[in-house]
Amino acid sequence: MAAVQETIDQVALIDVDQYKYGFETTIEMDKAPKGLSEDIIRFISAKKDEPEWMLEWRLDAYRRWLTLEEPTWARVNYPKIDFNDIHYYAAPKSTPGPTSIDDVDPELLKVYEKLGIPLREQEILAGVEKPRIAVDAVFDSVSVVTTFKEELKKAGVIFMSISEAIREHPELVKKYLGTVVPTTDNYYATLNSAVFTDGSFVFVPKGVRCPMELSTYFRINEKGTGQFERTLIIAEDGAYVSYLEGCTAPQRDENQLHAAVVELVALDDAEIKYSTVQNWYPGDKEGKGGIYNFVTKRGDCRGKNSKISWTQVETGSAITWKYPSCILRGDGSRGEFYSIAVSNGHQQIDSGTKMIHLGKNTSSRIVSKGIAAGVSQNTYRGQVSTHRKAENARNFTQCDSLLIGDKCGAHTVPYIEARNSSAQFEHEATTSKISEDQLFYCLQRGIPTEAAIALIVNGFVKEVIQELPMEFAVEAQKLIGISLEGSVG
Amino acid sequence: MLEIRNLHARIAEDGTEIIRGLNLTVKAGEVAAIMGPNGSGKSTLSYILSGREDYEVTEGDILYNGESILELDPSERAAKGIFLAFQYPVEIPGVATMQFLKVAMNEQRKFRGEAELTTPDFIRRVKEASARLHINPDMLKRPLNVGFSGGEKKRAEILQMALLEPKLCVLDETDSGLDIDALKIVADGVNALRSPDRAVIVITHYQRLLEYIVPDTVHVLYKGQVIKSGDKSLALDLEANGYADIIGAAA
Repeated sequence: MAAVQETIDQVALIDVDQYKYGFETTIEMDKAPKGLSEDIIRFISAKKDEPEWMLEWRLDAYRRWLTLEEPTWARVNYPKIDFNDIHYYAAPKSTPGPTSIDDVDPELLKVYEKLGIPLREQEILAGVEKPRIAVDAVFDSVSVVTTFKEELKKAGVIFMSISEAIREHPELVKKYLGTVVPTTDNYYATLNSAVFTDGSFVFVPKGVRCPMELSTYFRINEKGTGQFERTLIIAEDGAYVSYLEGCTAPQRDENQLHAAVVELVALDDAEIKYSTVQNWYPGDKEGKGGIYNFVTKRGDCRGKNSKISWTQVETGSAITWKYPSCILRGDGSRGEFYSIAVSNGHQQIDSGTKMIHLGKNTSSRIVSKGIAAGVSQNTYRGQVSTHRKAENARNFTQCDSLLIGDKCGAHTVPYIEARNSSAQFEHEATTSKISEDQLFYCLQRGIPTEAAIALIVNGFVKEVIQELPMEFAVEAQKLIGISLEGSVG
Repeated sequence: MLEIRNLHARIAEDGTEIIRGLNLTVKAGEVAAIMGPNGSGKSTLSYILSGREDYEVTEGDILYNGESILELDPSERAAKGIFLAFQYPVEIPGVATMQFLKVAMNEQRKFRGEAELTTPDFIRRVKEASARLHINPDMLKRPLNVGFSGGEKKRAEILQMALLEPKLCVLDETDSGLDIDALKIVADGVNALRSPDRAVIVITHYQRLLEYIVPDTVHVLYKGQVIKSGDKSLALDLEANGYADIIGAAA
């Protein structure tokens, strides 16, 4: 209840099209020259002080990438990206890699303060009643700090930037990296494998329930750069971890590329809950600028009775191309996908999931809520498939779209393949408009238009919001309200 | 409290004129019944009073406490105390009734420059008002009007009316779809709100509701005009003799 009120307050406070994270910070950066080549990859690898095998892995991916074509099947339109007009590495000179909080450039700390991301453990600890969240802060191409590392280490949990993990835990990285999303997977994933710069690494050992929420906060700051995030999360037998991801970028006229790869591995009886609140700069009213978000996220339920759950709230980016998926390999494993995708202005979203049933008695659930306003296009694209040997696979899919105004579009593209006759798949889809009747009813009760829309939309997405960790749920509701500012009238 | 002067109004989309020179005055403390055959403009009148954009006022004026409200949007009119109990209350999926009540009450308070209700104060008010209307607290947890029975919907309307404390209440066919027990509960709820500083307009087809909500004045609406006004005995006449005589005399 309080959360909805907050949404409404927030909507009331903010002017039309205010992207409140659009500020830019002037910080001296160490950058790779523009362009992509084997030399640039060697440069990145050297900057990260990587072992030889990592460099080879990258070069191998790069050579593969050169042979690939950019995919065009998604329902999105954008001018061709010049991959040679991007800086593939940019790091603050003062803080070229993860360090302790005392060594982080105060200017950088100010950025996170402004974004409302707590980086000082004492301050986080001071608010006793608030649940603690460990944060890995990634600024352009590097992780600048990771909090609560020591405390997590006591519990046996490894939480650090992927660059550090490659140096400190090469055996784990080698064992799992690229096993869920191979370097050959798709155009953007292959590119990412060649040039990824930073992201988070999480390892929760056998039987451990991670004692706090883990999160990574991605910030793109530098002009003309791309961010190539790589995240790898492993939950061993019986382990549990809940991970959150947030992202913002400055307001700019040019488009910037974010091409991430996230891999999750859940072994026997393990559970990974992965939540995203994606709020990259969406571009201005005319559709100028904004982030191109081309992301490959996949979870492998490798062990029996394992569970992976994706929850995403997508409100930002000019273009979103993202399909967090689950490979249900272990018998009795379960995959979930809960999504809210809000598009306004000129935003284009093509997002959904794949649930690939391989093991016996596997189940999956998809709840997707798309909200389109302005002149935006919002597509749900999903695939549910069962392998021949996947007996008793179950899937339930629900895709609901809500249109605000009459110049936007909502599309649902489900692919369903059942190769085993015992599969039971259910698919429900609805498209509705916020009706004049609903709006008038709210107005007649004294609820002004913007607040009425926020109320109706929050009702529409409630099922998904409930899946988010509490603090994120409030944030997400605010964000949805703000994203739809000025969508009517 | 309410003065409608020579009101002409049409459907914005196709220009069909529905209200054709309507005059009506309702004083504070008064309960006025508006009756009339189907298509006479009764529901349209309720929408125009509450400011629905689908209708256009082409002539005349509506004065509320001496001021024209034609330029006010629906939420402003609501915050100034005009309440419409809908004939067909609208479903708001995913929004708990309780949550909706809180947002509506606080938005109106905000408009009037009053502080928001504290949660205990809000809950106390809702508990008291819902008990009077025999509303099960479980119903308040459900999304507003979604899957509500006819009786539950109408009770939810009266509950909102009680909590928002409007000055001018318009009840549009509140009796439709109600059995006699539900009708009594709803009527009791309305009667409890009668007060010297509040006016109620009851729009209805039938005398039945007026046995429970006894009006001070009765007005017959036909082809967008009030063609006859009287006291409660007029409603009884209509019940006994139908509209034909009055319509004939007016024509």
